[in-house]
Amino acid sequence: MDPQAVLFYVFSAILLFAAFRVITVSNPVHAALFLVLSFFQASGIWMLLEAEFLSITLVLVYVGAVMVLFLFVVMMLDVDLESLRKGFWRNFHLAATLGAVVALELTAVLMGGFRLSQPAQVPGASAVTGVPNTQALGIALYTEFLYPLELAAVILLVAIIAAIALTLRKRKDSKFQDPSEQIRVQPKDRMRLVKMKSVVAEASSPAEVAPTQEKK
Amino acid sequence: MNITLGHYLTLGAILFALSVTGIFLNRKNIIVILMAIELMLLAVNMNFVAFSHYLNDIQGQVFVFFILTVAAAESAIGLAILVLLFRNRSTIHVDELNTLKG
Repeated sequence: MDPQAVLFYVFSAILLFAAFRVITVSNPVHAALFLVLSFFQASGIWMLLEAEFLSITLVLVYVGAVMVLFLFVVMMLDVDLESLRKGFWRNFHLAATLGAVVALELTAVLMGGFRLSQPAQVPGASAVTGVPNTQALGIALYTEFLYPLELAAVILLVAIIAAIALTLRKRKDSKFQDPSEQIRVQPKDRMRLVKMKSVVAEASSPAEVAPTQEKK
Repeated sequence: MNITLGHYLTLGAILFALSVTGIFLNRKNIIVILMAIELMLLAVNMNFVAFSHYLNDIQGQVFVFFILTVAAAESAIGLAILVLLFRNRSTIHVDELNTLKG
């Protein structure tokens, strides 16, 4: 067996094991970490397929950003694990049946063909050949797929704004200045003058002088 | 023995079947469901990259690029909704999130 086949089988075995643990492990933090492991293995497999740029992107974007986001969310939420685990084995038969059905369908499709072993030249293939993978991808992205690329950028912008707008909340205990209110303030908002009789016939306590009141 | 396109497609198929199973196994837990969706997208991307390599066509990888973009946006918004849901309802139990049910 050539080293590429050995690498493929090693990566695939770890990938499938990690994916299996993602769906069966009880602690969501462990599930997220197993998902990180499976992304790393997938990245190795893509490296075998000579998709270097996407392989690095998978590690950077998924492991670096999305999975860290997952981990933060999982750790922030105080989830009651026991109640979430309760129906796990009750669903097992349905889940196993559906998984087997999907696997059988996909097998039926795969058995029908797909025995290509050598990279075939397809007439409709892109013209970029003989350049590194990243460069070829860049050429395709910035010429033929420029408009979809811009749309993808807009989608990311929408996602940023939506995520921030959804989770933004005002703190009630923080102290901050409101400049517009500070400018609009009038003297009568700050101080109230109270007219009182200066001297009363009976000797009253001097503490009844009205204090100037501070009002916000 | 050579690694053929069929090997990669089989790997993608097993991964996809595993994640479908995972969605049904963890029906109560939205977080694991989101992770299973990420695994599904990974399986689909695996097929795209394999076809792109064996058919010598860069467009498959361009499509994977866009799938990665949309998946990142999807998981960011999904997790934001999840955080909001937990803040308001103090649970992520799927069965209890039936406010919109008439």
